[in-house]
Amino acid sequence: MTVDFLVDWFATIGDFPILAFILAVIISGIPLFLLMALNAMVAVYAERKVSAFMMDRIGPMGQGPGLHAGKWGLLQTVADAIKLLVKEDTIPQKSDKLLFKMAPFIIFIGAFLGLAAVPFSSSLQVADFNVGVFYIIAVGSIGVIGIIMAGWSSNNKWSLYGAMRSAAQIISYEIPAGLSIIVPIMMAGTMNLQTMIQFQSGSIWGILPNWIIFNNPFTFLAFFIFFISAVAETNRTPFDIPEAESELVAGWMTEYSGFRWAVFFLSEYSNMLVVSGLAVAGFLGGWQSPIPGMFDSPGWGLFWFMGKVIFLIFVMMWFRWTFPRLRVDQLMHVCWKVFIPIAMFNIFGVGIWKLIIG
Amino acid sequence: MGVVQGDQMVLNIGPQHPSTHGVLRLEVMTDGEIVSEIKPHLGYLHRCFEKHSENVTYEQVIPFTDRCDYLASMNSNFGYVVAMEELMEIKVPDRVEYIRIIMGELNRVASHLLALGVYGLDIGAFTPFLYMLRDRERILDMFEYTCGARLLYNYMWVGGVSHDLPKDFEKICFGFLDYFEPQIDEYNNLLTYNKIFVERTADVGVIPADVAISYGVSGPNLRGSGVNWDVRKDESYSIYDRFEFDVPVGDGKFGTLGDCFDRYWVRMLEIKESVKIIRQALKDIPSGDVHQALPKKIRPPKGSVYRRTESPRGDLGYYIISDGSPVPSRVKMRSPAFTALSCLDEVSKGWMISDVIAILGSLDIVLGEIDR
Repeated sequence: MTVDFLVDWFATIGDFPILAFILAVIISGIPLFLLMALNAMVAVYAERKVSAFMMDRIGPMGQGPGLHAGKWGLLQTVADAIKLLVKEDTIPQKSDKLLFKMAPFIIFIGAFLGLAAVPFSSSLQVADFNVGVFYIIAVGSIGVIGIIMAGWSSNNKWSLYGAMRSAAQIISYEIPAGLSIIVPIMMAGTMNLQTMIQFQSGSIWGILPNWIIFNNPFTFLAFFIFFISAVAETNRTPFDIPEAESELVAGWMTEYSGFRWAVFFLSEYSNMLVVSGLAVAGFLGGWQSPIPGMFDSPGWGLFWFMGKVIFLIFVMMWFRWTFPRLRVDQLMHVCWKVFIPIAMFNIFGVGIWKLIIG
Repeated sequence: MGVVQGDQMVLNIGPQHPSTHGVLRLEVMTDGEIVSEIKPHLGYLHRCFEKHSENVTYEQVIPFTDRCDYLASMNSNFGYVVAMEELMEIKVPDRVEYIRIIMGELNRVASHLLALGVYGLDIGAFTPFLYMLRDRERILDMFEYTCGARLLYNYMWVGGVSHDLPKDFEKICFGFLDYFEPQIDEYNNLLTYNKIFVERTADVGVIPADVAISYGVSGPNLRGSGVNWDVRKDESYSIYDRFEFDVPVGDGKFGTLGDCFDRYWVRMLEIKESVKIIRQALKDIPSGDVHQALPKKIRPPKGSVYRRTESPRGDLGYYIISDGSPVPSRVKMRSPAFTALSCLDEVSKGWMISDVIAILGSLDIVLGEIDR
């Protein structure tokens, strides 16, 4: 269900190209927004339960329908969402009000646009760009502008610290992430996500699926660099220094409450989905089945894609509830002195590999 | 290359902040992330402990001592009653001494568990905190079973303890220790040997031994700097001389001697030593009456006493002046956390804001005791 497909379909009805385009965008945008909200709700619930089980707690319970009440707390996120919506939306008196109000939207736009290019299955993708990878990386960095705006306009020192840390971190980690996503681009010879995924069909020696991660040692390494950088880009532990609770109270979100804060939350989980989606599409075979030649229909494709994405999101949660937090300079050290050289070396290695082995 | 010098910014950490361990306010001068000066502002939790004590009878001071170091109330009680008994020259029955030591050491374990867990939380690791609280909970359950209270016990009285141990306390306590000792390895695997944790704590906030001594830092913080000083051993009180235990001393395991990791690690080792003491005490505990030496009305002779004891935070000293009346003329508490906090400024200079939080956490301060 791409925008192009809808535009073409409208063209068969009549000649109204601009209106057709707007309609197509709206029709494909609304489910995307619903997906974003659903993703945040499920992920928040999952995060709470996963963290609870990891910490030897019970987690949310009590809110839920019928028999489940008292055990699983299935409606906990609904309760949370309602609470956030009816909460007072405070704006600090001495804040820069325009920027303060604008920041959540910018962050939201960054997260939302990235979702548009995520290839959920072979036919389910809102916009099938020929530069999909490039596009996701590019819109992914819009969010940092919003974060700086939020931090600056709050007129709060904690927010400012959080924003500055966040800017430094996200911009730095985009480099290793970008350098390692070049590896699948080199392997597949395209930036189009669908073509990239199709490149990963078949199997290696009849056992392993022909995913880029298994293609050669360099791609294997590249995946881990990309994934760790992606964790850093989404500001999650152990790289959550912009909102380090024990140091900066809540970092750049300190002054936000109610719905605006909820938008930040929505964007954070949506960003996790996007970067995991990119990692899956680039390295883990996208919607390809892990058993080559079996369960290959588009429906299964959606299942495999979401399964892999959810697994990666689970790994991020696992990180969060296991690791302590890095310090700012250590974070930069890891990025500039470890990841970037390895990522550069990877590009070189993949180039040689392609030249010699093919 | 020259150092870029920016404007200094004053940053107020606290009094409401997630990791000031209470209501401490730090006025921090920062240049970007780098801290150049820290001024701690105390008194947000001041409850006039010492002045109050001058207006109540000697027994009535004990509940106040609970509320000073609320994470190790047993040890606060312990210090006070030991000082009082020294002033009055009372000899308490052996069973009372054993019970006090068991309770004191259990509370030391509980206090250290919280200190280590919260330290993990300061560094950003959430899970170890809850694991340690889970095990601390079982110690509190045992206290509740013994004296009815979970946090502020008022358990040790001058000349005795308020309640005898329940009949099956030994069984429960041994059961807990058998469960607890393997848990220490779990904490170590989860937090202590974590690469990120070591990076964050090793070489950070080094307190050299001479600095520690000149500031009067004591307890695990002093031992973390490599000084072998433990009141239980060096100025033994109660019946600590009957037990075999080691005094763990920092050795710069992953970095410099006296860094945050050493202070953390000394506490972890001390938990093991405390378990050792509790096991010995539970094995040898004699039977008898715990109220035998309990005087009806306390009226110490004229005079004064200073007695220090080893609380989980260090040298906890009580200076008591008696004028012969049932009301103390003066009670002074020498708070170990207060002296530990005093060296924060010198130790934190030049480190980052994240490190200040790490250093503050490694000193394991309790604001109730600092402000009194």
